[in-house]
Amino acid sequence: MMQLLVDGIVAASFITLGVIGLSMVFNILNFPSFAQGDQITTGAYMALAIATLFGSAGSAGGLSVGWCVIIALPCAIVLNSLLALGIDRAIYRQLRLRGASRISMIMASFGVSLMLRNVIVMFAGQDPHFFTFDIQPALRFWGIRIAVNELIVVGVTIVLVLCLHLFLSRTTLGKSMRAVAENPSLARVNGIDVDRVIRWTWIIGTGLATVAGVLLGFTVQLHPFMGFELLLPMFAALIVGGMTNIYGVLLGALLIGLVEGLTVEYLAPEYRQAAPFAAIILVLLFKPHGIFGEKA
Amino acid sequence: MDIASYLVFFSVVAGIYAITTLGLNLQWGFTGMMNVGVVGFFGVGAYAAGLLTGPDYPDSLGGLGLPPVIGYLGAMLASGIVAFIVGLLTIRLRHDFLAVATFGIAVCIQMLAMNLKPLTRGFDGMHSLPRPFASMAATPFLSNLYFLIMVLAIGGALLWALERLVRSPWGRVLRAIREDEEASAALGKYAISYRLQTFVLGSMLMGLSGALYASFMGFISPQDLLPIFTFQIFVMLIVGGSGNNFGAVVGAVVIWALWTLSETVLAAFLPPELERQASAIRVVFVGLILVLMLLYRPQGLLAERRNISASPASTSEKT
Repeated sequence: MMQLLVDGIVAASFITLGVIGLSMVFNILNFPSFAQGDQITTGAYMALAIATLFGSAGSAGGLSVGWCVIIALPCAIVLNSLLALGIDRAIYRQLRLRGASRISMIMASFGVSLMLRNVIVMFAGQDPHFFTFDIQPALRFWGIRIAVNELIVVGVTIVLVLCLHLFLSRTTLGKSMRAVAENPSLARVNGIDVDRVIRWTWIIGTGLATVAGVLLGFTVQLHPFMGFELLLPMFAALIVGGMTNIYGVLLGALLIGLVEGLTVEYLAPEYRQAAPFAAIILVLLFKPHGIFGEKA
Repeated sequence: MDIASYLVFFSVVAGIYAITTLGLNLQWGFTGMMNVGVVGFFGVGAYAAGLLTGPDYPDSLGGLGLPPVIGYLGAMLASGIVAFIVGLLTIRLRHDFLAVATFGIAVCIQMLAMNLKPLTRGFDGMHSLPRPFASMAATPFLSNLYFLIMVLAIGGALLWALERLVRSPWGRVLRAIREDEEASAALGKYAISYRLQTFVLGSMLMGLSGALYASFMGFISPQDLLPIFTFQIFVMLIVGGSGNNFGAVVGAVVIWALWTLSETVLAAFLPPELERQASAIRVVFVGLILVLMLLYRPQGLLAERRNISASPASTSEKT
């Protein structure tokens, strides 16, 4: 039972890091981005490319990955954010300027999703890649098995979520982001630079997605669908968490991670994608504002 | 002869895609419902037809060996029932949640196709499905030609019926709901019921096209149910012009032509070991077409025709 909880928390960590970007784009740019999953994938592959460039060797502390990944991660965050900013400038911004509907934005993000995934296939192929082939050491506490990597995943996620909380509640930029999410025209009238807020939305969302991708890459593996497979759980977390409230969304991610763990354990692993879907339908039917969301 | 048989093959698939696109046009073009699970309803139709018409597989259910026509009707019924259930659950949702929910449905249907082995045979898929006209025609070319005539007849009949339908009072209500749901509700048009009707009707067309596809190819597997299919159909509709039935057909033909043409061109220029890369390049290429259309010609090649009722003032001006 405890093992289940631990596995669920690890799964929830990936969802959490990914869903923050999804939720920010949803609230500030007003559309659910179907490309969010693939931006996790691009982040992971960028880190892999940089790590291979420097030649992966050695092991850093308890990690089963070399120092190269430690260097590659920040580089990948920068590159992946630049890519996201480029996509926004070339596509989403143009659509915004033309006053395109939310549906056009969703459609465009669907297109971006497929393009990103296939660009990865073009360069790296369909087969899985690994940061390392080392065997991951596992620790045991009171009969619960957890790999060192998984411990790092959970630790990094908690630290980043705390940082995000401080950023949103303490800094001017964070407060302006919340203001734009609440009411863009009112925010603009009050002298908030909405374009700057949008830029930082992509940078923060994609940065965290990159971390999710790299962590996923070194606990499991890299393959072109790795992020896309996270898309449905991320949507589920967003909807369960009530869309507008970032803390609700984080709780939603935890819940979806645990439900997925339960499905894998007690039903069948091949039906794990059904769990987030069922959660989406149930919440939309019975609590359309989400379990943790405030009433609109 | 070689080119002729290729053209027939090309036209059959284009015709099948045109039927799928007509179904999506009913949902998205006319009613503004974003169904991101097109491939799911296509798949339900394909598998239903497979179960009804297929040979008796030793290790799984189905294989009733019924005639293809029953397969097509059964496919429409099955897709219609699934769409009705899904619709009851999701039709009240805001557009973006409907997109997320239908996306989830497509993922789940592909998951079932892969894992529900007693019914769907899993990864192996259903093979050697009977092809109509195979016994009637002397050569495979002739049987394909007969199939093409059938697809054109079905497609033409659907096009005619849909054009009648969207011009009817029923079709006007759909467009009214799309433009302003509250105003049409104020006029006593219960939007949810109309949206459910279109959702079921559109999904039945998708199911029919899935059944046609399965019986033309003689084979259906989870590999045919990838999210890229939904995307292709959306690109066809957007390029052709959503809200215009002829646009849906033109878009299906144009995009399927570009898709096959790019395959030939890439095969000519790239070495065979880069085949996977080549298909990835094609998807990126189609993605670019979509984005460029959304940016520079959002109304599509054939824009929706404005149906403005003649007001007394404008008629008097003319006379």
